[in-house]
Amino acid sequence: MSQFNDLARNGLWSNNPALVQLLGLCPLLAVTNSVVNALGLGLATLLVLVGASTTVSLIRHQVPASVRLPAFVMIIAAFVTCAELLMAAYTYALYQILGIFIPLIVTNCAILGRADAFASRNPVLPAATDGLMMGLGFAVVLVVLGALREVLGQGTLFSGMPLLFGPMATGWELTLIADYQFLFFVLPPGAFFVTGLLIAGKNLLDERGRKRRQAVPSKRSDRRVRVTGTIK
Amino acid sequence: MSMMHASSHADTGLASRTTPPDTTRLMRWVLLAMLPGIGVMTLHFGIGVLTNILLAGLLGMGLEALMLRLRKRSIRPTLNDHSALLSGVLLGVSLPPASPWWLIGVGMIAAIVVAKHLYGGLGHNPFNPAMVGYALLLVSFPTQMTLWSPPTGMGEDFSTALRQFMGMMSAAELDALSGATPLDAFKHKGEALMASEFWAANPLPSGTLLAWQHVALAWLAGGMLLLYKRIISWHIPLAMLGSMLALSTLLYAGDPSHHGSPSFHLLTSGAMLGAFFIATDPVSAATSRKGKLIYGAAIGLLVILLRTYGAYPDAVAFSVLLMNLAVPLLDYYSDPRPMGHPAPVRGYQPPPEDRS
Repeated sequence: MSQFNDLARNGLWSNNPALVQLLGLCPLLAVTNSVVNALGLGLATLLVLVGASTTVSLIRHQVPASVRLPAFVMIIAAFVTCAELLMAAYTYALYQILGIFIPLIVTNCAILGRADAFASRNPVLPAATDGLMMGLGFAVVLVVLGALREVLGQGTLFSGMPLLFGPMATGWELTLIADYQFLFFVLPPGAFFVTGLLIAGKNLLDERGRKRRQAVPSKRSDRRVRVTGTIK
Repeated sequence: MSMMHASSHADTGLASRTTPPDTTRLMRWVLLAMLPGIGVMTLHFGIGVLTNILLAGLLGMGLEALMLRLRKRSIRPTLNDHSALLSGVLLGVSLPPASPWWLIGVGMIAAIVVAKHLYGGLGHNPFNPAMVGYALLLVSFPTQMTLWSPPTGMGEDFSTALRQFMGMMSAAELDALSGATPLDAFKHKGEALMASEFWAANPLPSGTLLAWQHVALAWLAGGMLLLYKRIISWHIPLAMLGSMLALSTLLYAGDPSHHGSPSFHLLTSGAMLGAFFIATDPVSAATSRKGKLIYGAAIGLLVILLRTYGAYPDAVAFSVLLMNLAVPLLDYYSDPRPMGHPAPVRGYQPPPEDRS
């Protein structure tokens, strides 16, 4: 259980692929201008990450170290193709909007990184958990970034959700600021800016946590102090 | 990181050889030298120029004080150097007259909070703050940023300017009231139209070109004052205007029917303001003489290239920001050799065993 907690904390916070490892920045910056785009790509990446980590862990004893990277990339590419075909089948409009960034999940270093650094050295269950947690960490950052950019850029939240969830999501769109557009946050430079702020915010929280832990006075009541004799 | 330090000692000109550069004195002179330009602009484009400058200047000071307080620095000495005020005035004259208050506010937040203080305050900002604000606004709000009211002079109805400033004007009303800048109009004349036909059709309200030329000459006069007082050195303005002149002459000689004349490029745009007041910013510009020449010339080349082939009508802000990026490299490779010292070792040196 403690290993599960470690993996979860690593993937979601302390070794988050997007905020700490800074991997997979290309899709992170390119498609996060709305929640629905971010969620679509986040889910696709999550699926690929779990599948690739599990498979790599299954075949870890059969693949010689010298050819492991091409083998991993082939596995990842196979899962990306699955994700792409699934999206084309069920969320065709979103598939068209995300376009080239779905096949480009193959080049997301976070996935190859986890395959090589963790899945190829660990049994199946921890490897799958690690993939799940890393994928969740990546997807959460993607969605937060998408939400911030959507609000700051066009004043709405959850617009276009029917693209992903079908007709039941038609009423989900919230207009927070009417008649508003701030193109900077819709365009890629805004993604760099907001990602920078998110990383700064995470570092600030970490710093606060560290200070709070240090502020707790250590127990020294059991320490004996010599009160007799000469003190040199 | 060693390359970043090359630009941190801001050499502000020839005068600094004898008297150490005093930031307050420098900024005061620059502000003073802007007065003719501001005056002529107000005469031509109305009271909206002053509302821009007033709000941007006040916001500059206010945001500077706020950021210094948040960063726990002493407020008074830094605020008294007038650098934030100057950033505000520069943004104010770059924006279309009587810009709405929120436009100026967003621009100044980008300039002072992001471009200046997130990078460490005066002396540490790699980019010219006013131009960061301008570029952000141009990218974000192209409609508001390209509407430039025609030169109706001071006779313009004060309440109209006020309503425009308060952001209470509908888009249609705003559109009817303002037009394009000469550069913008010329850029969008279309391939089919010859330049001579374009000008013969009187595409702009009467007096527009003349007004822009007067403003440019007023900036030039202010720049001459700065040169005379040795607040700025001649290298950057001369290199920038020279390369603009050279490239625009080349293009104009090649195909005068589709390219603006050199005088059009130099006198009906932000070229003079940019060359004397923006590109010469002592913090974000190159510092050595050779570096300044390359820096200015490259800005001039980029301005003409981006105006001719880019998507936006004017490009002074983008060119200055692009060359700001190159400043550490320029300074690193053009730092002068001190007398009596060996030539500096720069760049990658192959280890000795590679040579044998």
